[in-house]
This record gives sequence, C-alpha cells and structure tokens, in this order.
Amino acid sequence: MTESQHEKVALAMLVENNAGVLARITLLFGRRGYNIDSLTVSETNDPGISRITVTTQGDQKIIEQIVLQTQKLIEVRAVRVENVSNDILRELLLVKIATTDEQRSQILEICRVYKGDVVDLTKSSLIIEMTGKPSKIDGFLDVLSPYDIIELCRTGLTAISRGPDVLKYDRRESHRA
Amino acid sequence: MLLTGAEIIVEVLIEQGVTDLFGYPGGAALNIYEALYTRRDRIHHYLTAHEQGASHAADGYARATGKTGVCMATSGPGATNLVTGIATAYLDSVPMVAITANVGTKLIGKDSFQEVFITGITSPITKHNYAVRDIDRLAHTLRTAFRIASSGRKGPVLVDIPKDITTAVCEYTPEAPVEAAEPKKPDPELLRQAAELLRTSRRPVLCFGGGVISSESSHELVALARKAGIPTCHTIMGTGVIGFGDELDLGLIGMHGSAVANTAISEADLLIAAGTRFSDRVALKTDNFAPQAKILQFDIDPSENGKNVEVQSFVIGDLKEILTSLLPLAEGQERKEWFGQLEEWREREYYPKDIPGVLRPHDIMRIIGEETGDDAIVVTDVGQHQIWAAQYCKQTRPRGFITSGGLGTMGFGYGAAIGTKIGVPTAKVIHITGDGSFHMNMNEACTAVSNHLQVITVIMDNRVLGMVRQWQSLFYDSHYMSTEPERKSDYVKLAEGFGAHGFRGTTEEELRSALQQALTMDGPSWIVCPIDREEMVLPMIPSGMTVQDMILSEEMDS
Repeated sequence: MTESQHEKVALAMLVENNAGVLARITLLFGRRGYNIDSLTVSETNDPGISRITVTTQGDQKIIEQIVLQTQKLIEVRAVRVENVSNDILRELLLVKIATTDEQRSQILEICRVYKGDVVDLTKSSLIIEMTGKPSKIDGFLDVLSPYDIIELCRTGLTAISRGPDVLKYDRRESHRA
Repeated sequence: MLLTGAEIIVEVLIEQGVTDLFGYPGGAALNIYEALYTRRDRIHHYLTAHEQGASHAADGYARATGKTGVCMATSGPGATNLVTGIATAYLDSVPMVAITANVGTKLIGKDSFQEVFITGITSPITKHNYAVRDIDRLAHTLRTAFRIASSGRKGPVLVDIPKDITTAVCEYTPEAPVEAAEPKKPDPELLRQAAELLRTSRRPVLCFGGGVISSESSHELVALARKAGIPTCHTIMGTGVIGFGDELDLGLIGMHGSAVANTAISEADLLIAAGTRFSDRVALKTDNFAPQAKILQFDIDPSENGKNVEVQSFVIGDLKEILTSLLPLAEGQERKEWFGQLEEWREREYYPKDIPGVLRPHDIMRIIGEETGDDAIVVTDVGQHQIWAAQYCKQTRPRGFITSGGLGTMGFGYGAAIGTKIGVPTAKVIHITGDGSFHMNMNEACTAVSNHLQVITVIMDNRVLGMVRQWQSLFYDSHYMSTEPERKSDYVKLAEGFGAHGFRGTTEEELRSALQQALTMDGPSWIVCPIDREEMVLPMIPSGMTVQDMILSEEMDS
C-alpha cells in the first residue's frame, strides 16, 4: 500500500443509546486493529439515539472494512464516511499557557487573529478556548508552540453534512434489555 | 398470565421450539432450574460435566440439526466456562443462544461472589449480547436473541440474567417462534455478470465453505457445478457437501488441501467462492491467491467483501437464493480440456501408502467409513486426526462432518458429539479424536453414560501432540518441546471407570470388531487406535507459502 492511498476520515454513526454501546464500538476497533484518532459521543434529538463521530485512518480497503464491520453491530443504526472537504467539521480546544508579562500580549494578539476566547487569566497563566476545523486548531497550536503550553485538551471531531441531507436511520425497536 | 422471570425464560424457550438444552446449575441459576423442573416434560435439560462441554454440545446440536443450540450456566465461573464454546460457535457461524445467570442487580459491579461481567467478556465473540435489567424486556430480549442467532450470518448470542430478574414477576403472553430476518436479495445484474464470467471462463474453480451447509444449499451448489462443468474444492467447513471421488470433487484446499485443488486454484482463470471467508488456512498468501483468476464471491455477510482477499465481484445474499437464481442463467458446459488437465494433476496426487500389518491414519478412516456406512455423522476434535478425518473419511452428507474449523478448539469433539447424538438420535455418531484433544474434555464421557448416548469415540493415539509436533519436526529442528507428554493413560480402563465401554483397535480386525460391538452397545464406547507418532498430515503448504512450496513426501515412505 502506498502512502498516497492512506487517508484520514471521519465516520458519523447513529447508535442506540444503550448501556455499553460505546464499549462495543471501541472494542471492535481494538480487536480488528483499527486506530481511533478521536471520538466524540452525545445524545441527539431522538433520546433513543446517540451520535458518535470517530476519526480514523487507513487505506480505502480498510476504511470500507471499518464501515462494513461497524454496520454489523446490532445497535449501530447508521454509519457514514463524512465528506471532509464539504461537511461542517468542528472541534473545541482548551489550552492553558504559562505566561510572563512580556509573552501575555503576544499570545493575546495571536489569539485575536485566530478568533479564540480567553476564558481564564492569571498573573502567570491564561486559558484559551477555540472552536474550528481541526486544521485551524492545528495551525493555532503550531503558532503557540514557542510558548509554554502546560495543559491542552481537544474534544475530538464532530461533524455534520451541509444542506437538507441528513444521516437517516432505521427507527426499529431498541435492543435495550 | 403472570409469571416469574425464571418461568418466562423457560416458557420462551418452549415457545421458540427448544426441546433440548445443555447446562450446569449454580446459585444464581437456581430459580431457572426450578422452572425447568416444573416444565421437565416439555424441555430436556442435559447436565454436562463442565460448562465448556455444554457449550460444545449446544454447538454440535446446532450444526447437526440446523436448529439454534441452547446452553445455560450460572454466574461467574459457570459463565466463563462457556466462553471457549461460544467463541468456537462464533468463528464457525453456528446459531446458538447462551443464557447465563448473574448475581442480583444490587450486587452487580461490587465484585460479588461468582460475579463476572460476562457481557463484556463475550462482546467480541458473540453477534450480540444482552444484560437484562428490566423484567418487562426479558421475553422480548430472549426472542430477539433467537432471531439474531439464526438471521443472516448465523452465530451465538448471549443473554445474561441477574438472579432478582428471575424472581420478579411480569405478564407473559406466548408468541410464535421468531423467523430469521429476510436476507438481502441478490443483485440480478451481478448474477447475470456471474453467468457471463462463467460462460467465458476456460478454467473455472468453485471453492465453497461452511456457508453452503448453513444455508442448506448443497443440492443447488452441486447442481450448478454439474451443469456448468465447474470443478469444486472446499474448506474443512464444507466437508460433506459433495461426494468424495465425484468427478467434480478436487478435495480440500489450503494448508492441508490436495495438490490438485491447490494447483487448480493457482491456475484457474475464474474462482467462485461460495460461503467461505478466505481464512489464512485457505488463502495462505493472500496477495498471491488464485493469481490468474477473477474472483467472484458469494456471501451473506457484506463485510466479507475484501476482508481477506480482493475480489472482482461480490454478491451479497442467501447462498441458496444466489445459486438457485444463477443455475438457469449458467450455460451447460463440459470443459473437457480443463478436466483433462485436472486429471493429469490428480495422477501426481499425494496419497499415503498402505503398509501391510500397520494401521495407518487413512486406514482407520477407511475402516470407520466401511463399518458405519453413509448415514454416520463424524465429529472431530482438533489436530492431525481432524485433517485426516477431513481428507479420508468418506461420509458424504451435509451436516455429516462436524469440526471446529475457525477457532480450532481442542476438546470440542466430545461435547459436540454428545449434542449431535441428542439432536439426531437415529444417526451413528463417531467422534474421532487424538490423545491430546481427548485429554482436554474426556470428562464428558459421564454425560454420555448418564444419558445412554451411543457416541463412539475413536482415539488416534500417537502419544504426542501430533500437529504441534509436526510443526516442530518440520520447522523447529525437531525440538519436541512440550509435545511428548509421556502420559500413561489407559483408555480402556478409563472408559470402564466412567461406565463406558473400552476397546483396543490395534489391528484392522480389532478395529472392525470394536466398531461392530460399539454399534450394538447402550451408551458410549472408546476405541483406542495406536498409530506411529511420526505420521504426518500431508500434503502441507507451510504458513504464508504457495502451492509451489507444498510438502508432498514423508520420511517413512521414502
């Protein structure tokens, strides 16, 4: 397999909101050797259904296998590979930076350019919150790299497609026991 | 009517048509066993020696009958002892429902006595599993478990039920047995293309696996192969579908497959794979498997598309429907040239030599076949004897050869043979095992004795762990680490100790006489056949190699 065939993708899944469903999905990825780069889960407008966004990577064959294997899980109602170039992809960043008086203004300037919010400020540290595409967050962190980042968390990707098109799922009865 | 959870479990089993189940009681399962006592006229619970035996028995029962096998265990160690049997069923796509009791809901998660998180443990080896938390969902959950187990690609489903749920009370209304979910209809355009590929192919080969048996499409498969002139080969899971010696039959493929089958695959211009997953024992080198062929795969499981081998066309659907639809589209062909070539390769085929006065593995298989006839069901353990049985046993009937193909579970055979005999009481059940496998679960003899089951065990006794030792012999400079255990087990005495019948089958005459006697006995028999420990399973293609690397000779023949 050549490197060029290797791709990063985001998978959107609608799953039954049952105990243990997330464990089943992560176990499937684990046992079949698929990587999870990030994972987000939340409830949806249907209380019986949760939405999971997993970012993973592999060549096209592996991505196809991931989708097919995931679809076999009884509690998974829908799986789709998100269109990275067109869909709305977002991630939240919280980053804590140790600062001197001199650095503070430089960092605030960078933050303003990237449209981040300073949500905490002390004499020796500050916390910036930012949402955006992963590439924007990567770029922001790159610019911040000369400074003293002391704590960092990213939520992982969440994604939704543009336009009226929705991720459809089968409204069959839940497998809750 | 208002019933307890325990009663609901038993009533659902009865309504789903379950007449036999295999299990072992315990504290958390007591209420279920009380309900089984009340309904013992409707459903027969077979107590095994060990829960592993119960899981293999349910598996053997399912493989032999096509029905969903049911096993049951108590919480904790009872549940974990089912695990190997559940994994065995999962790897061979056998429909099974495993019911485990658990500690009461309030004790769950507290590391209580005999508590394990069995749904966590079995998640990767079941199609699905349930931890019941609501008595109102119990009946529905059990019914759904039966539906999932028997739908699509079949497999095991586990339902874990805490003790307090078995005493809780709920309204129960009987329902009809669940029906398997309707499989996806095969795409007619793909079938038309398949017929066209077949028409233009000069060297087609049809390779099939266990999917043919589980979809009950043996007849359709043979009809297609005959009409379109396609030579066939099979995985160990497909053994019994087509007659040994049939002109279409090339035998087993893969690691211990025939030279002609493996050569045919490497020379084929079209490979049709039906109900098989190209495991590493079949496609030893996936990037060089059937290198000249277009591969056309039929499977009910969409995730088999491209999983192990890249294919040109993949038809999703029930194999019976695919083959039935393809048959009228396929052109009748003879392919004399291709069959002529195959005949030429067949002449160079490996076949073990007869040595006067020595009972060799292929002789034992031949004699078993001759003495038991075509209606016998052969159940194997795992190891050399398993492959010899697949290669040389002449029994030909779908569901007539029962083996742990995917997981390769040593110790599978005895429990599975017991389940087979209970599922098909009229069949002669021959359990072929080796001394290594048999030592794992020979304790199930007591189950066969208690239930007067005429299960005939033939122990191929080479006094070593033959298959592992064969690899050590070929690839580890004959360093026989932990494969020559120097056991002194006397199988005839052991059989008698269990209340079974013990025989020695040292010579052909002894073996024939032992089989003849065993077939008239009430209860189980053991026949021990000593064989030379240097006997190897041949031919053999080493892991990751190709037919060019096939080992065809054995020292003792040279």
